[in-house]
Amino acid sequence: MRIIEPEQITDAVAKLCIGANVEISADIRRALENARDAEESKLARSVLETLLKNADVAKRENLPICQDTGMAVVFVTIGRDSHINGDIEAAINEGVRRGYKDGYFRNSVVHDPISRKNTGDNTPAVIHYEFAAGSQLEITVAPKGFGSENMSAVRMLNPSDGLAGVMDFVTETVRLAEANPCPPIVVGVGVGGTMEKAALLAKKALLRDVDSANEEKEWAEVESRLLERINSLGIGAAGYGGKTTALGVNVLTYPTHIAGLPVAVNIGCHVTRHKAVVL
Amino acid sequence: MIPENLRAGDEISFTGVIYTARDAAHKRLVQLLDEGKPLPFDGAVYYAGPCPAPPGRVIGSIGPTTSGRMDAYAPRLIKSGVKIMIGKGNRSQAVINAIREHGGVYLTAVGGAGALLSLCVEKSEIVAFEDLGTEAVRRLTVRDMPLVVAIDSFGGNVYELR
Repeated sequence: MRIIEPEQITDAVAKLCIGANVEISADIRRALENARDAEESKLARSVLETLLKNADVAKRENLPICQDTGMAVVFVTIGRDSHINGDIEAAINEGVRRGYKDGYFRNSVVHDPISRKNTGDNTPAVIHYEFAAGSQLEITVAPKGFGSENMSAVRMLNPSDGLAGVMDFVTETVRLAEANPCPPIVVGVGVGGTMEKAALLAKKALLRDVDSANEEKEWAEVESRLLERINSLGIGAAGYGGKTTALGVNVLTYPTHIAGLPVAVNIGCHVTRHKAVVL
Repeated sequence: MIPENLRAGDEISFTGVIYTARDAAHKRLVQLLDEGKPLPFDGAVYYAGPCPAPPGRVIGSIGPTTSGRMDAYAPRLIKSGVKIMIGKGNRSQAVINAIREHGGVYLTAVGGAGALLSLCVEKSEIVAFEDLGTEAVRRLTVRDMPLVVAIDSFGGNVYELR
């Protein structure tokens, strides 16, 4: 049995919060560069140039890419042959507290959804736990900004709506989002499970590289067709029009009930931040 | 900046004074107006809540937030003299009408470009609602802030040009 100390988890989470907020990932940078090179609209091209320049400034000056440093969403995969020597939830929240303070990041979390008093340290995080074989602990931090989160949606379709219904709902959600989620966006789609399972799948889909494809050929095909449909909406970078509304569409699926076809769409902004480490 | 001289789709570079105000500040600003009190500033509003300033810097990252959330309050503020708004994303018909009626303008900055935009800020001081933290009203002196004219006072709208 491998022992993991809470302090190791806190350190890792703090570093991931800072890394994810300051440095754009390689897949997103490539996608933004490709979008810029292909863009014909002058205004949209200027926006894409600005976003790439912004990423350079953030890295050089050690500043967060965006002022909305997000609510920290943390995915943890715990190896069954490991033992965490303390309170994992407290360790993760301490990591968020430390990362946001040391990074000079914005505290964007309010204690109560109606009275709305800021918690002052960006905690609590939203934490998802899973178990796996082995003795490793994998932690992914995905700081989620709400410009894009607010444009996300879940719908319980009927089985008769089929793939066409799924594709229409995803496209419609992006159309209604317009310029708000800071396009070019990344579209995470969850299909199947129950209501909350579909939402979680959509969130997890945003962790996949933007240029990756679903392991199942049929769903990989759906991803390409959705990307094409979304980019034909013409929303474009910052909503000023243009060829690239989305950098990618990632779909994850799960078995579902005989009576249902849950679909969730989680929209990620032009950075779709996430960073992982294995302890 | 004279709003009547600007047309939707124009790219401009702004130098001058702007005031940050987002969700919580807007709620309080409208409360002040309801109580018959004056607004704590007179000038352009920037829908933004910055990151804290790291040592040696004026301010942290400061890009625009989604303007649509301020649509519930904006017509009241426009009527009270806040004619210039800076944010990101389209506005409601009520805001568009108020802009036209009162000769205002709505400008957009690139959403997500918070690090780059922070380099335009030369001075920052809190002028109201300090208890709101990032949502406090700050007086910013900005230089060469790159903006797009999104909605002008003649009905032009960059989101409809595409």
